[in-house]
Amino acid sequence: MDAPDTAAIAVSDLVKRYKAATAVDGITFRLPRGSITGLLGGNGAGKTTTIAMIMGLVTPTSGTVSVLGAAMPKERYRVLQRMNFESPYVEMPMRLTVRQNLSVFAQLYAVADADARIAQLAVDLDLNEFIDRATGKLSAGQKTRVSLAKALLNNPDVLLLDEPTASLDPDTADWVRSRLEDYRATHNATILLASHNMNEVERLCERVIIMKRGHIEDDDTPARLLSRYGRETLEEVFLDVARGRGVHAEAAQ
Amino acid sequence: MTAFNGALEFSPSRVGAMVRRYWYLLSASWPRILDLVYWPTVQMLMWGFLQMYVAQNAGFFARAGGVFIGSVLLWDILFRGQLGFSISFLEEMYAKNLANIMMSPLRPIEFIASLMIMSVVRLSIGMIPVSLLAIAFFGFNLWALGLALAAFFVNLILTSWSIGIFVTGLLLRNGLGAESLAWTIMFLFLPLTCVYYPVAVLPQWLQYVAWALPPTYVFEGMRELLIDHVFRTDLMLEAFAFNAVLFAAASAAFLALLHSARENGSLLQVGE
Repeated sequence: MDAPDTAAIAVSDLVKRYKAATAVDGITFRLPRGSITGLLGGNGAGKTTTIAMIMGLVTPTSGTVSVLGAAMPKERYRVLQRMNFESPYVEMPMRLTVRQNLSVFAQLYAVADADARIAQLAVDLDLNEFIDRATGKLSAGQKTRVSLAKALLNNPDVLLLDEPTASLDPDTADWVRSRLEDYRATHNATILLASHNMNEVERLCERVIIMKRGHIEDDDTPARLLSRYGRETLEEVFLDVARGRGVHAEAAQ
Repeated sequence: MTAFNGALEFSPSRVGAMVRRYWYLLSASWPRILDLVYWPTVQMLMWGFLQMYVAQNAGFFARAGGVFIGSVLLWDILFRGQLGFSISFLEEMYAKNLANIMMSPLRPIEFIASLMIMSVVRLSIGMIPVSLLAIAFFGFNLWALGLALAAFFVNLILTSWSIGIFVTGLLLRNGLGAESLAWTIMFLFLPLTCVYYPVAVLPQWLQYVAWALPPTYVFEGMRELLIDHVFRTDLMLEAFAFNAVLFAAASAAFLALLHSARENGSLLQVGE
């Protein structure tokens, strides 16, 4: 267990209840700095709500969330400049060019020498071909690269990703994963990744948290999960958990 | 760090970023610019010609030159000011960009400030050409009202911002389900603030309601200026006092609705 001051994200007894449902029900985990963690779970498992509470977009019913030592959402303005996120379900203004969008967000995040940073990202993420084109006219893969550029603009210490490669072809998805690995390696960033893509999680993440109906069902390294469930792939582990077979598999071992 | 944990810090640069974002959108879209000019022009022409017709048939209206056109132009400041504010915010919802904005270091107060600036920008694009057309067609020079126009404008734009802030809170809390309010809420003010007729026309009980609304003082003041050539400072000060209360109430409602949106997860579900 990490000491409190070294955890980039610390979630403790976190609960989120809406009128008719409990989306997150008492989860606890700590993510050390420089780690990549996968957050797995079926639809309605509570992944997005958890990420939203970490971002400060949703107020917990009870429990605490701390990001880089700041209590969320109360102290969010202390750390939002050091965080960022990317999701295919959140878009950028379509009529603005890629350069205009990145320039606006660079100013919002007070990025020093924004033009140079955008130029660097354009090279790193291969944006130059369409950087002066309207964002709405890009392909899904190009939009994902632009969203990733926006997420990396401020060199975030904490990066939250919600299905970052959804709807991408395998080649582009692989390319995005490589960029994320590079970024984590060069910036010692903490990355929390919600995904349905088990190959992606297996490749990128050193730790996997599996959620089901608001609870954490399992939390371990991919290798130990495979071993414990006696499975070859994380997808099989995920199906075991989703279909309530986790306990039986463990008991059988 | 203050007790507000930085929520009340204000960065002109972040406000500038948002204004730039809206300006990029507006300046690259001629239909959006045309829309700002089109309807005020139609309104002004219709009421202007109506006034010309009435003036030819009634001594009072002949004396009250420009009252209708003045009413139309001031009403458009009120209406378009709020619409400009709300539409800029709606652009974020249409673009599915709201989570990007709310997750950024932009403070709510900075977001609101950028929407205020854009409401004036959009209003200017629409109203300046229309006011010049009013001179060309009807010889009515709004700008000749001078300081009175400034007092009218300040009071009307303050009301429009207050309503815009309140509607923005409703949109944050209720998503695009509350969109129609952004387009229609100001029409409630049209009969109650006595844009085209004196307050005395209303039933006595409704007059109390009318006098509780800041624009009523502006429209009464405009009629006094154009008909009796008297500028009523007292009316403008009263309007300003009511506006201060309205603005504070709208800001408090916005913060409460934003808090409620965070509680209810509405910031994640900004669709219908």
